[in-house]
Amino acid sequence: MLNSRKSLLLLAASAALALSTAAQARQWLLPSETMFTGSGNEWLTVDAANSTDLYYYDHPGQPWDAVITAPDGSTVPVENRMVGKLRQVFDVPIAQGGTYKISITNDQMFGSSMLNGEKKMLPRGTTPATLAAAIPAGATEVQTAEANNRIETFVTAGEPTTSVFTSGGKGIEMIPVTHPNDLAVDEEATFQFLLDGKPAADLEVVAIPGGIRYRADLKQISAKTDAEGKVRFTWPEAGMYWVSVSIGGRRGGEGAGGPPPATPPQPEAPERRASYAMTVEVQG
Amino acid sequence: MMDSKYKLTLGGALLGAFTTAAVPATAQTMDVSVTIPRLTVAEYHKPYVALWIEQAGKPARTINVWYDTGKKNNAGIKWLRDMRQWWRTVGRTTPTPPNGVTGATRAPGAAKISFTAGKGGMPALTAGSYTLVVEAAREGGGREVVKVPFTVSAAGTAKGSGKGSFELGAVSLTVRR
Repeated sequence: MLNSRKSLLLLAASAALALSTAAQARQWLLPSETMFTGSGNEWLTVDAANSTDLYYYDHPGQPWDAVITAPDGSTVPVENRMVGKLRQVFDVPIAQGGTYKISITNDQMFGSSMLNGEKKMLPRGTTPATLAAAIPAGATEVQTAEANNRIETFVTAGEPTTSVFTSGGKGIEMIPVTHPNDLAVDEEATFQFLLDGKPAADLEVVAIPGGIRYRADLKQISAKTDAEGKVRFTWPEAGMYWVSVSIGGRRGGEGAGGPPPATPPQPEAPERRASYAMTVEVQG
Repeated sequence: MMDSKYKLTLGGALLGAFTTAAVPATAQTMDVSVTIPRLTVAEYHKPYVALWIEQAGKPARTINVWYDTGKKNNAGIKWLRDMRQWWRTVGRTTPTPPNGVTGATRAPGAAKISFTAGKGGMPALTAGSYTLVVEAAREGGGREVVKVPFTVSAAGTAKGSGKGSFELGAVSLTVRR
């Protein structure tokens, strides 16, 4: 009796957790394969989408432009790019040995200004490059903040390499201690997160295995970054995991169960936002 | 003859060590039996199988890889990575296909293979704890890993056995001199 009651309570708790996070769409890249033999003529295909369930397509697709960085540092053009209503698909030729990075970055500006006693919001889609043009001439009390979003995944042909893990110094970035293509069930992995090139300390990082739709428990695990921005996960099961961390705005904690901000961000003083999400495969 | 003469003059404690050194050492051999289960499926493909030896603190050593060696341009190597644990542990950090340890896939039944220390990928096993890992991956089927821990004695011998459930049957090994 006690047992069944306890499990019911647990079920209720996990259902509540699932509901609380269902409202937030998750952005992801899903590679068809993470380990290639390295024969030089292999193909990777990638799905890119924004969804509540991992890894299913249930939100309108995004016109993202993925950047593929090859082990030698060159940029590989994607092929057969298709932007659908619910997802984007593209192919990548895997011609070199080593680790490739598939990355989508999206930098936006938001904020407001006053013009003739009237508050003007920055239009949606304003970027650092278009900011100057987006602020009306003669506007005063200009308040802006940047939002940097980054979505990544990694695949390796043959032996893993680390040449693609460089910091551009903007937004949240992941620098591996454990290579993201060298993860296995029951083994501990360490990742370092940087915010604008510096260790991102004390941030909640969550990891959720794919296949949410057909289970009651979200199976989310979370951990906080230490002073060096490092976080450790031990993978309970094999599969694809969505690993995410963010700062600022209502998306803070990305459903990590943390308390919401005491006061919503005020448009007068916009909060800097940044998010990072990567898909990694854990071998069984 | 020489041996028996010395035996008379040497103490018991020394005797063992001396005779071991004096007799030309027969090469250490590991006999392995791997059973591939017979499966009644509509479309059966013989599994890719990798055998490797792990020892704590040492790089893993591949001793045998069975794959489809008959494909044009050796295209069968593309699927070596489907032995995912082998690929991650040792396959991807060594030449593809691994040198001198490959063979064709095998039909269901008990495959008996002898590995001689110092030949192919087989290392000489000094006294200590090891694990023989066998991984089978079948096209259109499943993948299974069987680990057989074994301890090599001071005399350089060992025995071990394990069993799979789906893609592998019994696995056994005998290390002898």
